[in-house]
Amino acid sequence: MSIPRNWRTRQQRYSLKAEVCNACGNTIFPPRDVCPHCAEQKQSWTNLSGRGEIYSFTTMYSAPAGFEEYAPYTMALVKLAEGPMITAQLTDVDTEDVKIGMPVEMVTRKLSQDGDEGQILYGYKFRPMLRQVA
Amino acid sequence: MRDVAIIGIGQTPVEEHWGKSLRHLGHDAIMAAMRDAGIETADALYVGNMLSGELGGQQHVGALLADFVGLRGIEAMKIEAACASGAAALRVGLMAVASGMHDVVLVCGVEKMTDAVGDEVTSGLASAADQEYEVSQGISFVGLNALLMRRYMYQFDIKKEYFAGFAVNAHRNGANNPYAMFRSPITEATYLKAGMIADPVNLMDSSPVCDGAACVVLAPAELYRSKVKARILASAVAIDSLAIHDRRDPLALDAVTVSSQKAYAQARMTPADIHLFEAHDAFSIMAALSLEGAGFAPRGAGVYMASEGEIGIHGRLPISTMGGLKSRGHPVGATGIYQVIEVVEQLTGAAGANQVSGATVGMAQNIGGSGATVITHILGAA
Amino acid sequence: MLKPDRDVGIVGYGAYVPRYRLPASEVARVWTDGSGGLPIKEKAVAGLDEDTLSMSVEAARNALERARIDPSEIRAVWVGSESHPYAVKPTSTIVAEAIGAAPSVQAADLEFACKAGSEAIVMGMGIVGSGMGRYVLAIGMDTAQARPGDALEYTAASGGAAFLIGPAAESAAVYEASLSHVTDTPDFWRRAYAHYPSHGHRFTGEPAYFEHVTTAGRRLMAELGTVPADYNYVVLHQPNTKFPQRAAQILGFTTEQLKTGLLVPVIGNTYAGSSLIGLTAILDIAKPGDRIFMVSFGSGAGSDAFSIRVTDRITEIQNRAPQTQDYIARRKVIDYATYVRYRHKLQMK
Ligand SMILES: [Zn+2]
Repeated sequence: MSIPRNWRTRQQRYSLKAEVCNACGNTIFPPRDVCPHCAEQKQSWTNLSGRGEIYSFTTMYSAPAGFEEYAPYTMALVKLAEGPMITAQLTDVDTEDVKIGMPVEMVTRKLSQDGDEGQILYGYKFRPMLRQVA
Repeated sequence: MRDVAIIGIGQTPVEEHWGKSLRHLGHDAIMAAMRDAGIETADALYVGNMLSGELGGQQHVGALLADFVGLRGIEAMKIEAACASGAAALRVGLMAVASGMHDVVLVCGVEKMTDAVGDEVTSGLASAADQEYEVSQGISFVGLNALLMRRYMYQFDIKKEYFAGFAVNAHRNGANNPYAMFRSPITEATYLKAGMIADPVNLMDSSPVCDGAACVVLAPAELYRSKVKARILASAVAIDSLAIHDRRDPLALDAVTVSSQKAYAQARMTPADIHLFEAHDAFSIMAALSLEGAGFAPRGAGVYMASEGEIGIHGRLPISTMGGLKSRGHPVGATGIYQVIEVVEQLTGAAGANQVSGATVGMAQNIGGSGATVITHILGAA
Repeated sequence: MLKPDRDVGIVGYGAYVPRYRLPASEVARVWTDGSGGLPIKEKAVAGLDEDTLSMSVEAARNALERARIDPSEIRAVWVGSESHPYAVKPTSTIVAEAIGAAPSVQAADLEFACKAGSEAIVMGMGIVGSGMGRYVLAIGMDTAQARPGDALEYTAASGGAAFLIGPAAESAAVYEASLSHVTDTPDFWRRAYAHYPSHGHRFTGEPAYFEHVTTAGRRLMAELGTVPADYNYVVLHQPNTKFPQRAAQILGFTTEQLKTGLLVPVIGNTYAGSSLIGLTAILDIAKPGDRIFMVSFGSGAGSDAFSIRVTDRITEIQNRAPQTQDYIARRKVIDYATYVRYRHKLQMK
């Protein structure tokens, strides 16, 4: 687990800190130096709502190193309300209830940990909307 | 630019080579190719390999292999482009020969996956994906393909059993390939009851972890006229984002389309001119998406080609003619060279029971990651 | 009695209860053959990917949703818990970063058994009341662990709440005063590096819980000149169902005043979050002008008593974030084996 790398990306993992392109107006997540839509280099920071819907999903029965203790778990491609797509785990949901198109919201959860003595990595996951808030 | 020909081929069986190291596998393929070409030395060796550092702690395999086969002093280096490392090395060799910088070049794809176990291999393969925004979330390579397959089934209203034909075809062809890992045919029933890895991808949708090495010898066609086995008519690379979530449309492998179109343009051909296609069928969904991206099927219809009449040896467009990644095996960095060797075998009438009759043009397409690097080669008969 | 120079109150509040529930009958099934009475119906259990940090972040986000303030104006983030994910490395810095309160902020983790959350609130009252800072985020949150088979295993639960303390003028509820009663009473403890806590069995009752809760409660009412009938609601630390019921009775409160904030039968004892999350359930339905009496308790031992008056702003903010009963209604019952896995009681290596 790379401590500096995780430290650098903490605002993306904790709060989906994203960019909006000053040239074409598209929202960009994760942040990039060059806009993937128009190739311009000028971006401003923006905050995402954390809401989106499931574009696709899969249940992982065979987990990569570092994720074994959570298997089986469900991964999804989530289409965020602001446009970008994101790869993330789903949480607090039973696999059989997951559907493409289902609205989800971002929560901050434990992603992995470096053994019993190493660091704990926190980041975004998505869950079914707890409720529609006024 | 000079026309480049393949003048020698060599390959090891694809299997779990418990008794052989990466260097021995490379040696076996390189020596076989040199014997086939009737050469004693070469100007350069380019090694396609993905995981030697990740799984074996061994980088620097260009020098390692060149020394191990007795070629101290020549140029050698490793080329890496994830699962497309083999074809990437071929393209580097091609550029060296076409440009006139070298005359005789060895291109060896080699992978030793079984020195690591279970989740180490899973993690190693995942290094082809976006480490910071895909892998760190807990996705594996199989998982990424499962996300594509699920969406494909949803968007185009495809049933799981429609994919069975890809695995059935691969195993039918692999049964006749002495170098293939799996040499027994399967049925649709076998496919449907295979164990789930990442829903909806099951064991029969996915290529195995294995070891293997394959090597071709490149040379200028006009200088080695008598030895030409096949000519390289086109070589093209296109890239896309590493992460699926960053793609314009996850179900359109844009790099497949661009790479194929560039290759068709170079060869002055259309998809209709291709007699056989060694597709990158690492997963059933990749086979379907490749067929669509390369122009053999309309969008959402690649899966409907999964039948013997379409992709079988005597079908409209034979694919995976020697077993493909699914049955011959997918020793990742070696795969691109195995594919090209299999096209050469078809063009030289050496494909045995799997011979595609009258084949004079074949295409091989090697895909790195979930579609981020796509390398297409079109070969023509001598 | 503690009363700041400038009036302070609750600008925003938020609860969190994890999704999973372990029925007390499951614990009894495994350890007593199902015989004997049960102290609660079921307890909330954190999922595999949850801990005091992740739950604190969600409660804090709910508090911010309600308050609608600029998080960079928060001058302190204090998280009270006996189950911080790290022994050394603050939970509070991660919360501060996640909600956008970093970097101009005080941040620290507090420990006072089940009183660490209310302690954070009193500290926040000090910062805001003195004018040192405009807002303070005080959190009480726990993923309480109990030794398998111990009496506490029926109740030791996960959950808690966050309170954004700020100027009275912006508050949905104002603190009239607080009063603390603290002594060295060793009723419950956990030594460094020990996985499970130990306790003094019946010693946790009279000399510990009841002595501190009732003394702090009585003295605060005496100093304020109030009586139980002046309050619409009372919420007490709730390690089980009986203790707060009896303490409320001793103090002179009715079952009716107690019931809204008495969540322990359905979520268990959330330790540092226990009285705090009870207060959120009350605030969710409180009306302007209502008065609330709250007493926390932490082993070791001490109680903080608070007198709270609800303002007109309460109705504006109640619905801006998920309510405590929304979380309670979201439940999936698990069996003891799943509980053992989720709470990391399996020896994996
Ligand atoms: Zn742009």
